[in-house]
Order: sequence, then C-alpha cells, then structure tokens
Amino acid sequence: MSTTTTTPAASIEAIRSSIAGGETTARALTEIYQARIAGEDNQIHAFLSTDNNYALAQAARIDALAAKGDPLPKLAGVPFGIKDVLTLEGLTATAGSKILEGYRPPYTATAVQKLADAGAIFLGKLNCDEFAMGSSNENSAYGPVHNPHDLDRVPGGSSGGSAAAVAAGMAVATLGTDTGGSIRQPASFCGVVGVLPTYGRVSRYGLIAFASSLDRIGPFAASVRDAATVLGVIAGHDIMDATSSPLPVPHYTAYLDRGVKGMKLGVPSEYFAAGLDPEVRAAIESGIDKLRAAGAEIKNISLPHTRYAIPTYYVIATAEASSNLARFDGVRYGLRAPQSDTLATMYRRTRDLGFGAEVKRRILLGTYVLSHGYYDAYYRKAQQVRRLLADDFLAAFREVDAILTPTAPTPAFKLGEKSDDPVAMYLADIYTVTASLAGICGVSVPCGQSKAGLPIGMQILGKHFDEATIFRVGHTLENL
Amino acid sequence: MPETERVSLEDVRRVAELANLELTADEAPRMRRDLNAILDYVAQLGELDTAQVQPMAQVSEILASSGPTSAQTPSATLSVLREDELRPCLDRAVVMASAPETDSVFFKVPKVIER
Repeated sequence: MSTTTTTPAASIEAIRSSIAGGETTARALTEIYQARIAGEDNQIHAFLSTDNNYALAQAARIDALAAKGDPLPKLAGVPFGIKDVLTLEGLTATAGSKILEGYRPPYTATAVQKLADAGAIFLGKLNCDEFAMGSSNENSAYGPVHNPHDLDRVPGGSSGGSAAAVAAGMAVATLGTDTGGSIRQPASFCGVVGVLPTYGRVSRYGLIAFASSLDRIGPFAASVRDAATVLGVIAGHDIMDATSSPLPVPHYTAYLDRGVKGMKLGVPSEYFAAGLDPEVRAAIESGIDKLRAAGAEIKNISLPHTRYAIPTYYVIATAEASSNLARFDGVRYGLRAPQSDTLATMYRRTRDLGFGAEVKRRILLGTYVLSHGYYDAYYRKAQQVRRLLADDFLAAFREVDAILTPTAPTPAFKLGEKSDDPVAMYLADIYTVTASLAGICGVSVPCGQSKAGLPIGMQILGKHFDEATIFRVGHTLENL
Repeated sequence: MPETERVSLEDVRRVAELANLELTADEAPRMRRDLNAILDYVAQLGELDTAQVQPMAQVSEILASSGPTSAQTPSATLSVLREDELRPCLDRAVVMASAPETDSVFFKVPKVIER
C-alpha cells in the first residue's frame, strides 16, 4: 500500500496568476484535484461528499472572468474543501453524524460565503469527528480519516479531513473548526499549517454549534502565507454573529517578511513537563533555537494554571454542548426515529439512533455538571478557573509578543490506540485547550519530524487579535 | 467529593432522561464508568481557591484589557448588537424541504399529550 505524502501544492497566488496569465484554467486545475481525490481518497477518506458539477460551475465563472481579462478575485480558482460542520447551500452538511445524514442546509455559512465571493472552488465537504467532538477523527459516524503520512495512524481531530486533504494534495486550502484544538492538533499530526483565529475574528454563522463560547472557524494550508491569505478573506464583523468583532482586518501577508529580530518570544515551562514525547521536545527546542538565531529574544515564562485546563475545558465544553445539541430532536431536519407513539418517545429514539457514543457521553456529562446540586461544584468552578487561565496569558503577554509550545504531546498515534479511554484521548489536547479557553489566537506550523517520519508541529500563540505577529513568527520558522 | 462512585447507575439514567437520551442496557454501565473517570479527573479543580474569582462565561469579558489595538479602541473590541429591524428570512418551502414530516405549512410530530 503506497502512502501519500505531502505534494508540494501550488500556492494561492501562483494559482491566481497562472489563471490570469492564461497558463492554465480554473477548470483544468479543478479537474486535476478531482482526479487526485478520485485516486487517493479511497485510502484516506478525507471527503464525506464531493460535487464535481458544483465545483466545475464555480470554475467556469472564474474562467469567464479570465477570458474577458477582468481582474480576478483573491482566491480565484483555488481548490478548497470545507469541514462538514459548516453549511454550504446545495451540498450536504452532516457534522459527521448519522442524525444529519443527507441534510441539505438552506443557507451558507458566512466564512464559506466569503470564500465563494473571493473565487474559491469547493471540491466537497470534509470528514470530521461527530459534531467536532474528538481528537482522532475516529468518532465520525462515516468512518475515520487516515493520516496521509502513515495510513495506520490518525490524522488528529476533530478537523482530521481538513488537515489530511491539504497534506495529501487533495485541496490547496480547507476550512476547519477548533473548539479545544481541533484545527491545531490535526495540522500538527498531518504536517500542515492550521490557524486558530482569535475568538470573534471570524463569524460563526453557519457553523453547527458544539460549544459556542469556544467554537472558532479557521484555515488549513500548506504554508503560513496561504493560511494568512485565507484568514484575511474570512475574517471580519458579521451582523449574523453578535460575538464577531468589528475591529478592522489587517493585511496579514504584508507583515510576513519582517522577520523576528528583536521580538520577545515566551517559552512556558509547563508545556515541556512530563508527558512530552522526547522527539517532539527535541524538534520544538530545535525550532526555538533557530528563532533565537534569527534574532528573537527567547524568554522563559510560566503559565501556572496550565494543568487545570483539560478538566476546565471538559466541563465548559460539554455543558455548552448539552444545550446546543438539544436542537437535534427529529422535528425540523435530519433523522426521525420511525413509529413513535408520543413526542417524548420520538425525541429519545431519534437521539439514541442518531448520536454516537462520544456525543452521548458529552451530552450526559454536560447535563450532569449543569444539573441541580452540581452547577456550583463543576460549572461555576470551571468558569472561575477559565478566568485564571485567561489571566495567565494576559500576564504573559505583558512580557512577550508571542508564546512557543509544542502543538501536541506526541506525533500522530495509531488508529484504535486511545479509542477506549476517554481521559487518555482528552489529553491529546493538553497544549491546545488553554488558548481555546482564553480566546487568544494560535497557529500550528510544521517543525521537523520524528525518526519514523511523522510530522511535528510548533504552536505559536498570540495576543487577542494579533494574528499578524504569529504569522510573522510562523513564516520565519518555516523558512529557516 | 468521594474518589469513586461519584455517579451511580441511577444518576446516569436520571441525567439521560433530562437530556432526552435513551440508553440501552449495555450503554448505561459504560457511561457510568466513563463519567466517573472523567469526573475524578475534573475533581482536581478543587485544589484551587477560587472564592474571589469572577466566573468567565465569554471571551469578550476580558477583551477590554487586552489586544494590540485595545489601547486605542477599548470599546471596539466589545461585541455589538445590530439594529432591530425587519430582514428577510428563509423561505418556508426551503425549510420544509428538510422536515422529516410536514404538511408543507407546519412540522408534524407525534401526539404531545397522552389521554
């Protein structure tokens, strides 16, 4: 069995200029990617659905613009995949769940619409853990995604399909979502760039909600430059999401080449403690050394509440999920269990048939921590610790411009290795949930590989709305 | 809080009922085991004295004191509400196309009140 490794993908700017210059067409490029999906994805299973005619119709519009000599939009002809928790009118949106099998949403997510308006081509919808709940993509009701670097290993999760599609050269860029690490951790496992934008930077309208105070939409790409370009397109205020920020969106790619000379970069001791794989440690320390050699000042810092982040996250995220997932009741869309005598029976049977084990586990946990007698002990307590975790970062960012950590404690693990132990699986997110709870931005950038050839990612964390700085550090790192 | 037996089978069934989940005879003991394992792990939050800490529900609560541009525009980082004005909404026929059972005007459900 041949394993697919990263194909040097064409960059966004190269695609746009080669279509504008008549060297290729959007149609020809779309067909190349469709053929790659047809050839590779039976082994990887990154896509849950494709619609070749939909993509070719989008490509025809770009080719018509190019034929007239009109200026092409920023993402003209760029082949994208979209995580299946995001809505795109005309294509199904299953969220990786049986309860939404075949569901065709009647509206398009704002971030997806902005890509379409910028000329992107949508090849299809991408596999993910059910309702984005998971760290390995093994919770998809439609079967797991396989890591393109080693098909026996997981791609990470929950946006496993989004990371694997870019890594296997089946899309130039993709959208994923990140609630506790679901963009950064699969980016690390698959050797691609994955961006967690600041909470509020990208509208969540059209994102099938998991935990609304944590959920974010962000891009995957083969380079920091392409990821920054995509974020520049999807970011901005949206009247459909009251938590989206009205702050202006910077021209992210303009800052990339400024280097890191004089920048203060923090290295938190808590992220290099017991449990960190020695090969990951060596790779990240080597990356830190290179950034120091490039002129950055490396400062040791402390984020003292880090060890409390996973329990805090699992209380808050499941509490919010138990509320958000109440909407899947068999009444308005999706699955309905047949032959129920009463409404209450119909609700229960529908949810029993429609939800997988991890989703049920999280709904139960979330309902429990919100229930009478436990709210103060669990939910309120977790919200208080959430503030302590956020305060850790606010204090650190008074001393440093960005923070460097491993993205995940290990390289990609094997399929089935952790699927019977929920706590062991949750620890795969130990370095990513902190930024999720604090609302700050982050990016995972490839930073070496293990002896077995598995990718390792460095996580670069930045201040709220300071994506420009983490892109600058990441771009410097990937070119060292 | 005791180290074990935090959640009983009866608790699992009660919470499942609150959450409108039907658990099979196999599922309930497994969920009980998993919830106990997770809650044992969560119990370490009890080590922290949080008596004086305000709960944080939303990221916007801390944005006024952070962010690269907040010094210039502290209020701009807070979320804003749109004008309360009429806007077009989804067409009924488009929405009903996804409904499991409909007469094309309403969603149809099994009877709500038992006689």
